[in-house]
Amino acid sequence: MTTKLFGEPILRVEDDRLLRGGGRYTDDLGADAVHVAMLRSPHAHARITGIEVDAVLDVEGVLAVYTYEDLTGPMAAPLPLLIPHPTLTRGRTQYALARDEVNYVGEAVAMVVAVDRYVAEDAAGRIVVGYEPLPAVVGIEAARRAEHLVHDDVPGNVAAHMVQEVGDADAAIAAATHRLTLDLEVERSASMPLEGRATLARWDTDSGRMVIWTATQTATGVRGAVAAKLELDLVDVDVITPDVGGGFGVKIMHPWPEELLVPMAARLLGRPVKFVEDRREHFISSAHERGQVQHIEVGFDDDGRILGLSVRFWHDHGAYTPYGLIVPIITSTQALGPYKPGAYKVVFDSLYTNTVIVTPYRGAGRPQGVYAMERTMDAIAAALGRDRTEVRSANFIQPDEFPYDHGLLFQDAKPLIYDSGDFPASLAKLKALVGWDEFEAYREQARAQGRRVGIGLACYVEGTGVGPYEGGHVQIETSGKVKVATGLTSQGQGHQTVFAQIVADELGVDLDDIEVVTGDTRRFPYAVGTFASRAAVMSGSAIALAARNVRAKALRIAAEALEASEDDLEIVDGVVRVKGAPEAAVALGTLAVLSNPLRYAFDEASKAATQFAVGDPDKAPVADDDEPGLEGRDYYSPLRSTFANGMHAAIVETDVQTAEITILRYCVVHDCGNLINPLIVQGQIHGGVAQGIGGALYERMAYDEHGQLQNASFMDFLMPYVTEMPSEIEVDHLETPSPLNPLGLKGAGEAGVIPSAALFASAIEDAEGFPITSMPISPSELFDLRRQHTSGHHPSKGATS
Amino acid sequence: MSEHRHDVRLSVNGAAHDVRVPARRLLSDALRTECGLTGTHVGCEHGVCGSCTVLLDGQPVRSCLIFAVSAQGHQITTVEGLSRADGTLGAVQQAFQECHGLQCGFCTPGFLTTITAGLRDNPDPTRDEARDMIAGNLCRCTGYQNIVASVRRAAELLAGDAGGVGEGERA
Repeated sequence: MTTKLFGEPILRVEDDRLLRGGGRYTDDLGADAVHVAMLRSPHAHARITGIEVDAVLDVEGVLAVYTYEDLTGPMAAPLPLLIPHPTLTRGRTQYALARDEVNYVGEAVAMVVAVDRYVAEDAAGRIVVGYEPLPAVVGIEAARRAEHLVHDDVPGNVAAHMVQEVGDADAAIAAATHRLTLDLEVERSASMPLEGRATLARWDTDSGRMVIWTATQTATGVRGAVAAKLELDLVDVDVITPDVGGGFGVKIMHPWPEELLVPMAARLLGRPVKFVEDRREHFISSAHERGQVQHIEVGFDDDGRILGLSVRFWHDHGAYTPYGLIVPIITSTQALGPYKPGAYKVVFDSLYTNTVIVTPYRGAGRPQGVYAMERTMDAIAAALGRDRTEVRSANFIQPDEFPYDHGLLFQDAKPLIYDSGDFPASLAKLKALVGWDEFEAYREQARAQGRRVGIGLACYVEGTGVGPYEGGHVQIETSGKVKVATGLTSQGQGHQTVFAQIVADELGVDLDDIEVVTGDTRRFPYAVGTFASRAAVMSGSAIALAARNVRAKALRIAAEALEASEDDLEIVDGVVRVKGAPEAAVALGTLAVLSNPLRYAFDEASKAATQFAVGDPDKAPVADDDEPGLEGRDYYSPLRSTFANGMHAAIVETDVQTAEITILRYCVVHDCGNLINPLIVQGQIHGGVAQGIGGALYERMAYDEHGQLQNASFMDFLMPYVTEMPSEIEVDHLETPSPLNPLGLKGAGEAGVIPSAALFASAIEDAEGFPITSMPISPSELFDLRRQHTSGHHPSKGATS
Repeated sequence: MSEHRHDVRLSVNGAAHDVRVPARRLLSDALRTECGLTGTHVGCEHGVCGSCTVLLDGQPVRSCLIFAVSAQGHQITTVEGLSRADGTLGAVQQAFQECHGLQCGFCTPGFLTTITAGLRDNPDPTRDEARDMIAGNLCRCTGYQNIVASVRRAAELLAGDAGGVGEGERA
């Protein structure tokens, strides 16, 4: 029986193979491939005075070694600056292999290809590189001081200085009854998927074609980059995204050097070549994010209503800017959250440092923006002695104000216009869920037991489903099986399941008869990629539209075959039938046969189709406005992003003696429009919350002053185990459908991680009674703050103005 | 100079694999490359993430911290050996599917092997014991909630399971 699958917690179709060890990740492929080891810079900043590779060739099993000198044509040029911006006046990108200067520890200097990775690493160790060390610029403070420059031709280490303003924020602040300033910091973390980056390339000498399997978030992007850099025609490059072991942003493409070097070597050597990043490499050569310093000035009235808000921040983008200004622009715009300040001004500098590049990590600048705004809300509440939820309520955009235009430009250079939401309702749900109004009684009870507890909350709005487009292709084969393709990639989000749910409903076919392929340029060559919580919105919508086209064609052919009106037809369990007369029926597979005038009798379906007569004998077999085959392709391209939102609350206990921070409750109210599959959405939230907890309480990139990453391993970079997670994540949903797309969807992928730094700062501050201004915070840092507070060197909450 | 290679017989999921490997070759690499069993994943190569966990004589070990030559004479169980004899998913695998205990699936084989051994030692774990059971494995996707639920569900399935245990459950 065909029942509606949209909205149902369907178990994932991906799981069976993954649970049997039958997943096909990049490193599982290419058993005949030779292996790459990269030699990476041990210096954060140095001039290369010479590279000696002769000793490498003595190592048995080495096939080739490449340095910058071996790069030719477009490969010898700097890597692309993928997303330029008029404000990014001093963008810089690295070379695929360092030319004469290195700017971070981990920058690729040479590539060895050998029979296996062990030998390749042996050989890489024999390369002698002459370095003339230069002073390293590490951290935002050093970058701002600019005593030393990362790039000689970039004064002040400033790549971009950007200003956006709505109204006259400075004047509004000056005129306000109350004013506050805040100085805040957020440190670096990283996506840190369990599978690092990996690329396998196979050059077919006979056909002159390149096939690449790569752990990427955008197959079409890699294809375009490889074609351009290796001077291949696009049609001669296929990029296939196999199973990918997590992405979270870092597998975005700009492109990575190895994604170009591996196919280059495969073509030069005429052999399949594979690069698989190890964990230390991932720490020192794949992207980080989050590092910002913020200065906030705010003016507000007696109710806590913000009259003017000025956010000045400094963004650490690392050594190069391949991904443009996406992260700081998102911080700038999404800081506004669910609120409508009277006037808003945001100014940022995007700064070079001699550290790993910064590109989006799940949340992509939003956690920092939310941190700025929510810390401000808490500070206002403390200054006025009001409840933190009241101050937020006073600033909410109201349900009748949608669509709400902030008057700013979002990351996609489109107006920042919220499509829908109900913030007062979300807050009411959250307060009920966490028991906000009962917390003071609980605090008293805990205090009586000698325990210290605090409650916090944080609200966010997340632009999701950014354009420009995605496409979908749906084809019904003569077997009745439905083949679905979309170009964006999957890294564990369950796309095969949710897209199949959409198609099952649209076409009236069984889920088991649907196969979904993502991220394979052979199946769908036009796509953007999987990031910005856009897959369900973009590809989900495109696939729904494509399926509707197929349905329309199936009904048209069926109407002819059954000599019935299209309006009288329905599709049930893969069969088109006349409503009320189910004996008049034709299977979708049979319609697929009928849709193609060339009817060789290959199979039973073809024979079965002979009983029906379709086609106008007075017209050509394929009419001018028709195509053979029962398939449909369509694209979804929205005018602007859709905006999901949510609110989190947490109750923490801070140990009175040790300052250890324990999460007692974690509550989420989330609105991502209509849910395709609540099980999968919940999983996305859980995972985001875990990453958020890591970022708020444990994870940081511990660079020393020389630019050496001191914690480049899972021993020292403290990613949460289950032991760091609360025993339960309590989730409640509000569903305000987006009016912007056919399914009413908003994105859900990043939501869980966004408010965490703000949330835990709020809760710990509430427990301790003094401001928390720098995140993440460890027990020892909290312990130190307590001592400073006791000795009068750290103020009490609400004491600043 | 060529590297000396050793002949090693690896017993994996009940089958013998005769391989010739250098002394330094990690068991994880030998399983994946020489034995062609790519279900065992390498997430960190320093024994912290647990993705490469296999059972050695029934005990969970990090295959990235063992040389292949050291595994001779031991019974190894990998994720490929956790299904039932009739080819259906084993209890732990089935529980992961039912509870949405996996997303990208990369860390999953290490959890499955770890839990298989854990439930043999403690067939009826409390919620806290279930958390302890998986406390040495990293997952970046799920936030662990559904993995804890999977442990408990697997225990239920095993309790109601009269026969047809998988290779790993036998090991």
